[in-house]
Amino acid sequence: MSARTIFTRPARRASVAPYIWMVLFFLVPFGFVLKISLSQTAIAQPPYLPLFGLTDGIAGLKAAFAALSLDSFWLLVSDNLYIASYGRSLVVALVSTALLLAIGYPIAYAMARLPRRWQGVAMMLVIVPFWTSFLIRIYAWINILQHDGLLNQILLALHIVSAPVVWLSTDSAMYLGIVYSYLPFMILPLYATLAKQDGALLEAAADLGASRLVAFWRVTFPLSLGGVGAGVLLCFIPIVGEFVIPDLLAGSDSMMIGQTLWLEFFTNKDWPVASALAIVLLALLIVPLLVYDRLQRRALEAR
Amino acid sequence: MTTATDILPDAIAEAPLIVAAYPMPLLRVDGVSKKFGAFTAVDGLSLDIQAGEFFALLGPSGCGKTTLLRMLAGFETPDAGKILLDGEDIAAVLPHQRPVNMMFQNYALFPHLSVRDNIAFGLKRAALPKPEIAARVAEMVALVKLGGLEKRKPDQLSGGQKQRVALARALARRPQLLLLDEPLAALDKKLREETQAELMELQRRLGTTFVIVTHDQDEAMTMADRIGVMKDGRLEQVATPRQLYEAPASRWIAGFVGDINLIEGEVTLQDAHRLTVAAAGAGMLTVAEPKAPLPSRAICLAIRPEKIRLSRRAPTSAGGLNSIEGVVTEVGYLGGLSVYKVQLDHGATLRVALANTNRLDVDAYGVGQKVVAWFAPDDCVVLPR
Amino acid sequence: MRLSRFNIAALAFGLAFLYLPIVVLVIYSFNASKLVTVWGGWSTRWYTEFFNDRAMLDAAWMSARVGLVSATAATLLGTLAAVALTRGARFRGRTLMSGMLYAPLVMPEVITGLSLLLLFVALDAERGFWTVTIAHTSLTMCFVAVVVQSRLAGLDRSLEEAAMDLGCDPARAFVAVTLPLIWPAMAAGWMLAFTLSLDDLVIASFTTGPGSATLPIRIYSEVRLGVKPEINAICTLIIGFIAVLIVGASLASKLSSSRGDSAAPL
Repeated sequence: MSARTIFTRPARRASVAPYIWMVLFFLVPFGFVLKISLSQTAIAQPPYLPLFGLTDGIAGLKAAFAALSLDSFWLLVSDNLYIASYGRSLVVALVSTALLLAIGYPIAYAMARLPRRWQGVAMMLVIVPFWTSFLIRIYAWINILQHDGLLNQILLALHIVSAPVVWLSTDSAMYLGIVYSYLPFMILPLYATLAKQDGALLEAAADLGASRLVAFWRVTFPLSLGGVGAGVLLCFIPIVGEFVIPDLLAGSDSMMIGQTLWLEFFTNKDWPVASALAIVLLALLIVPLLVYDRLQRRALEAR
Repeated sequence: MTTATDILPDAIAEAPLIVAAYPMPLLRVDGVSKKFGAFTAVDGLSLDIQAGEFFALLGPSGCGKTTLLRMLAGFETPDAGKILLDGEDIAAVLPHQRPVNMMFQNYALFPHLSVRDNIAFGLKRAALPKPEIAARVAEMVALVKLGGLEKRKPDQLSGGQKQRVALARALARRPQLLLLDEPLAALDKKLREETQAELMELQRRLGTTFVIVTHDQDEAMTMADRIGVMKDGRLEQVATPRQLYEAPASRWIAGFVGDINLIEGEVTLQDAHRLTVAAAGAGMLTVAEPKAPLPSRAICLAIRPEKIRLSRRAPTSAGGLNSIEGVVTEVGYLGGLSVYKVQLDHGATLRVALANTNRLDVDAYGVGQKVVAWFAPDDCVVLPR
Repeated sequence: MRLSRFNIAALAFGLAFLYLPIVVLVIYSFNASKLVTVWGGWSTRWYTEFFNDRAMLDAAWMSARVGLVSATAATLLGTLAAVALTRGARFRGRTLMSGMLYAPLVMPEVITGLSLLLLFVALDAERGFWTVTIAHTSLTMCFVAVVVQSRLAGLDRSLEEAAMDLGCDPARAFVAVTLPLIWPAMAAGWMLAFTLSLDDLVIASFTTGPGSATLPIRIYSEVRLGVKPEINAICTLIIGFIAVLIVGASLASKLSSSRGDSAAPL
């Protein structure tokens, strides 16, 4: 009820430095992405025609507007390659998120049912791999999945297969890598909501005649939807733009948008197209980003 | 323009010109308001508290009592009005510059500091010399009987011990005014009663002015010299516990403080300091005329359950007493008291509390028993409706 | 509540899935054979190889410097941001600020990397140590802010009020009371920032310049060419290093919790 106005002024002062930093290094750069995406490709260093400099004044600004070019965006819609990578990114993100939810939920549920003193340990165990390098964990899978890797050796030894199976450079390997890397991001928000649930609710449901399955479906699951939302967004959004995992584990015949952007930028040196790709990607993600922002705000600031 | 200083000799001009006819109260709250958005927490409230008083702010939750306390402490700034402490307006003074200390509801003990460091915290800010700090901490520890626990951390203390540390910490700076926000709410009943007595004893010994916020009327009644009852950001009544109970200023106060029977009625006759009232469901009653003139003939009678007596037959010397016939419909045995619900023949229901003075059940009335309820005219309060 | 068999199976599967690949990697790093997959007995030759690999060592040193500087800057900025968001009732730009803090947590790295690079190019900044450090600070301060914010949110606000009541101005109340209570969260935030910086490939690739590759950039270019035993050794070293950090941090938080704080969210 009380506004605690006494904290307002110190808080405002504390916000100055991070605020300026974030505007300068998070917000302003998007302006540059937009600007470059609207300029024309050039074979130069940097590889785009400058739109306007700060020194050119109004005349420069007018000239800049005249030189605005939607070429890069036209290219995106006219070339199937780009549409295909956006499509693939969305499909991969959707499938992976569904897999993550299906695998992460039972684990989070089991964690929340552990005796109190073990819950902390379990949470630690889930988080620790997240601290070890992302790249290393993908690399660890290459060790296992490669042609004469551990998995094939085991399968051969057990006579489950008669010849080595191609695992690496397949979609299955990529999905495995994504699920592996993002699992903690799915488990933690789920666990957080499930652990908060009052065990008496399930007892009440049982008392009122619900079977365990019904109690789960009618009580536990609906109450955990907040965590489900957070986990889904926490995984879905970055997976859409994922680069490392598809690059190292998937085949090279089709690319996700992150790979295409990387290729345009580093290999083809086409900065305007890379920027346009980023703008469109951002536009695709803006709704999930806003929803995520709301969830995050509610979780951290609601009191 | 000619002023007093022009005419008077220097020596006199330097002396204070205005000498207070009666002592200024230690704290004067003057027309203070506070809004949070559209919600008015405190609404033009005025209040005087004298030095050395034990004052309780009582009210239901959301009545603004905590907001008022937080304005006294400096955590909220009033939107309007003045807060005068010793004649000086402190409404805009920051909390750390006020000679006022607060004991927080959840104690707000610093979890990373020991009992000793918690108590010494405010003394260190005042930059007192080290030996002085040590002496004061020792004095406080002795005062609240915490000897031997100085090195403990707050989470190694029981609820009652935490409460003492919070009290010692707030008193260590020797504030002119100590604010206590629901200081006993976290303690269980037995401990709460013991602590009430200790707080009163302490306050009397130190002479510090205490302002306590509570929603517990027993606590306020037991401890305070005066009680201010708040409702919707305003003071409904400021009075001693006895006045509050025996002479409530309004129907709301009467219902809020303690248990009471409220019967609406119409004044039919007024003479010799007696009113004759046609009471709804209770027949014709004779009651004492209130001091304040009544705004209308429509009134409300308020009578405490323990002021009513029961008997099987009408009292023989019924001169001047009101006696009404009825039937007992419910008996609640509370140990020291029994509470009877009596359905009057006229229709209304009265609650009657009788002390169980005999161990054996000689005088008790059972359900269905026909009884006569009677009370003296002076025991009934007449309130405007 | 009793654990069902299903719950135990789910947990066991989950943990095995998370840890087995890492265990395999660590074991293979001690493999004497040049062929990664053929077991040739225990050996530390790949560690020796790494310590003689000038380019790798340079990259590691670069990563360590970037990590130290950016994590420290991120901890300061992130803590300030967390304080502003939990303590400030309402200030202008608050929504924008929290949006800017939460978005990078999920923003695809290619976007963040590209946008920062374009900024640095526009500013004509020489790309290398400082640009990567700034980029990492911008990313990791958001993580620090979230970690510290959740600790601050759990902190009783009347503690600061009590400090003010006892004679502290707001700034001193923060130093005397809040800071000692949130430092475990700040330490956890620092470690998180450090490991994220040590881990990042994409943003560093965009924002670094020629001749200043970070460790992930080097590892990535090696991995693209196939599995090399030396990489196993490097990865094991990194894992070991991070494990030491984590154990240290949890000991520190135990220590502070025995002093009356609640444990840091690691």
